[in-house]
Amino acid sequence: MHVLEAKLITKRFTETGNPAVDAVSFRVEPGEIFGLLGPSGCGKTTTLRIIAGFERPDGGIVAIRERNVTGLPPEKRRVGFVFQDYALFPHLSVIKNVMFAMRSVPPAQRRERARGMLCMVGLTDVDDRMPDELSGGQQQRVALARALSAQPQLLLMDEPFSNLDASLRDATRREIRSLLKAQGLNAILVTHDQEEALSFCDRLAVMNEGRIEQVGTPEEVYHHPGTAFVAQFLGRANLLSGTAVGEFAETELGTIPIRPSATGEVLLSLRPEHLQLSALPQGSAADSAFVVSGVASPVAAAIADRPNQGEIVAREFRGHDVTYRVQCHGRGYLAHTEYTHSFFPGQAVTLAPREPAVVLRTVPSRAENLTGDQR
Amino acid sequence: MADSLAHAQPVARRPAQSPPWYLLIAPAAVAVSMLLPLVYLVIRAAEADPSQLAGILLRPRNLLLLRNTILLTLGVLATTTVVAVPLAWLVVRTDLPAKRVVTLLCVLPLSVPGYVMAFALLGLGGNMGFMARVFGIAMPRPSGYWGAMIALSLYCFPYLFLGVRSSLMGLDAGMEESARSLGYSPRAVVLRVILPHLRPALVSGWLIVAIYVLGDFGAIALMRYEVFSYAIYTQYAGAFDRVYAAWLSLMLLGLALVPVVLEGRLLRGARFARTGTGVARRTRMTLLGRWKPLALAFLALVFTASIGLPFGMLAYWLTLRSPWPELPRVARAFLFSAGAAAPAAILAVLVAVPIVYLRVRYPSRLSRAADRIVYVGYALPPLALALAMVFFSLRAARPLYQSLPLLITAYVISFLALATGPIRASLLQAPHRLEEAARSLGCSPLEAFGRTVVPLLRRGMLASMVLVFVIAMKELPITFLLAPTGYLTLSVAVFSRTSEALLAEAAPYAAAIVLFSSLFVGLLLKYEGRKTAAESG
Repeated sequence: MHVLEAKLITKRFTETGNPAVDAVSFRVEPGEIFGLLGPSGCGKTTTLRIIAGFERPDGGIVAIRERNVTGLPPEKRRVGFVFQDYALFPHLSVIKNVMFAMRSVPPAQRRERARGMLCMVGLTDVDDRMPDELSGGQQQRVALARALSAQPQLLLMDEPFSNLDASLRDATRREIRSLLKAQGLNAILVTHDQEEALSFCDRLAVMNEGRIEQVGTPEEVYHHPGTAFVAQFLGRANLLSGTAVGEFAETELGTIPIRPSATGEVLLSLRPEHLQLSALPQGSAADSAFVVSGVASPVAAAIADRPNQGEIVAREFRGHDVTYRVQCHGRGYLAHTEYTHSFFPGQAVTLAPREPAVVLRTVPSRAENLTGDQR
Repeated sequence: MADSLAHAQPVARRPAQSPPWYLLIAPAAVAVSMLLPLVYLVIRAAEADPSQLAGILLRPRNLLLLRNTILLTLGVLATTTVVAVPLAWLVVRTDLPAKRVVTLLCVLPLSVPGYVMAFALLGLGGNMGFMARVFGIAMPRPSGYWGAMIALSLYCFPYLFLGVRSSLMGLDAGMEESARSLGYSPRAVVLRVILPHLRPALVSGWLIVAIYVLGDFGAIALMRYEVFSYAIYTQYAGAFDRVYAAWLSLMLLGLALVPVVLEGRLLRGARFARTGTGVARRTRMTLLGRWKPLALAFLALVFTASIGLPFGMLAYWLTLRSPWPELPRVARAFLFSAGAAAPAAILAVLVAVPIVYLRVRYPSRLSRAADRIVYVGYALPPLALALAMVFFSLRAARPLYQSLPLLITAYVISFLALATGPIRASLLQAPHRLEEAARSLGCSPLEAFGRTVVPLLRRGMLASMVLVFVIAMKELPITFLLAPTGYLTLSVAVFSRTSEALLAEAAPYAAAIVLFSSLFVGLLLKYEGRKTAAESG
């Protein structure tokens, strides 16, 4: 039995123009934390609000535990909602905010139960404070405790971590994830932060311009992006066009392996960490020094030989690894290397894929044409 | 262009659902109780014989009334501008001492309604007047154009002052500094940056003043200046030509629409919000230096006229004749005034809440129309509204004629716009997400409203209630026409005694109004201060 099934949900805010949510379908399985990931304005929050019942869809069905709830008002759905700014009731103390949700609990037991909920989210000694006296992280926990106190069948979270400091965000995210998992709760998380979606969700849907482009586990969508948008939105990607014959394709980087096998014109994605850089065979220490000193002509001569030879044009140190921008026959590529390798601008290198390039579906895009450039 | 762009923007995060039916009851009731009497006003006017009609419409007197009404409105607008703009500039942008006190004094005249100001001016001259008795100077009683114009200007300029002041306070120093760095001289900055920025405040202030002048009845009647409302009053009270009174009311209604339409025209496409992020910086103060005596002389002149005159005259008449024997009757009149104003205040808030809620939560053509009706009610000249109510009740609802419910209804229509202000401000502090959170926790729509919005609305509702109560307490024209027989309120007592030149007898009632209205001034300043604090903070 699915916890939630969204079938072809469509929502328009204007008569003309594209729908904000366009035929969106997905399912949430028991015990799962599901993610809706996309840039701002992609329709993810609207989708969440339709599931909560705050918005009526123009078309499509929302079913919770195989019961059609599309026409039900929010209060009849037993769906918890954590807002981006938490929406705590400013006129009620922390404990009263939590007690507000306990409609089915006998009044005499509410305070005790609310204390328990606050304890569970790691808040003690704030019972009688007012919401505006709490820090952002504390407000977030109160909002979660309040939402969980109504014993929802499904918890919806709209960018719940975006108002927290970066230092607090990671820890809060981890704690809340383990809390949800310990309680066996189903949740849908809306976020525009790909790192958050990848680390928090069991499965996720990547949305763009009102449509779902791909659904899958974080590993699937990261390693096997279905479209150019997904490839570029989840981290960085080198997009290549080429002609495929079976398991290989002819591209600007030469003949490279691809996955899955295909025939004809294809658009390919190669993650920067899947591109291996190596110094040119004649690149001895003396040569490197020679190149760094600025005389580039031997490098240019060497590059002309093979299609996968290029020149480092920029270096971006990022702590755990280094990102290089490599110019190769008039095109830029991004490549990551481990800390053990070090190259410098001006140096001649060869580019070789470590993994097969991923063949992308081409989707007719509404707003812009893909140029093949890096994000 | 700007309009069409604004409409093309996709509207996000708004409930697209249509509002529940019960939210429409209040605006529908207001619309019906406002439009129905106006229909009867038209019917009454249409009863004129066709032969009579030409005589009514083409009477040369109409032209005189029109000319006088326009002259009076323009005169008051010019005078209030000349007084209010320098005052606001002195208070906001210069190193004037004791600014808080000066600000309070600038707003205090609002507690002296036009007819009390007229009472004070009238008491100045004449054989038994202040000047003759105290200084032995024979001075005619001020009357006619100048009397009416000065009385109304002295009462109205604080409205303009408040608007211009808060607009000046919202002026970002960065705007002026960038203009200077782009090569504009200080004078050019005033013309190209500051004045355009003040335009919306000036225009909406002028609108308020114009509506007040067109609708005023007490000051012009006491000064016997022949404008439309005075003519309506004499027709109604003396000549009993009801058809002509109906026609005059329609003409006045038409005239009252002019400033409303003009305001819309003048402010179309205006955008004055700061566009950048970050906190607006305070502007630097202009040092008055050797201009200080001049500034202080200006303040002294304004305050002598606007505050010294009415308060001094009240004190003079009260010492001339002891008010104590009159006290029980003053108390009775106070209770009469409160007896009509209090229910009106409560009803106005009950009606305003759904209308504001509709407008904020369900933006649509319908809710905009409901909102607009509130402002039409405010712009309706009270005398015309009251006369329409009289015709309506005489024809269609006889038991309502000169009954308290009808008087209260007329108050609500006239003052509803005042009630919506504070309620709107506090509703904007209660985001829709609070209700959604309550809904997702199992509350029905009404329960969610009651448990999350009402607690946050309480302050705004209270402020609205007090505002309407105090304004209704000193209302004259509607009360004069619609109050039940023998229902002698404070305002009617002041008016009838003053119009019979019984100034000493009127003084205790006028003093009661002024004392009570000072409460309103305190409230207004407090509310105004909160608004500007929210804007700049």
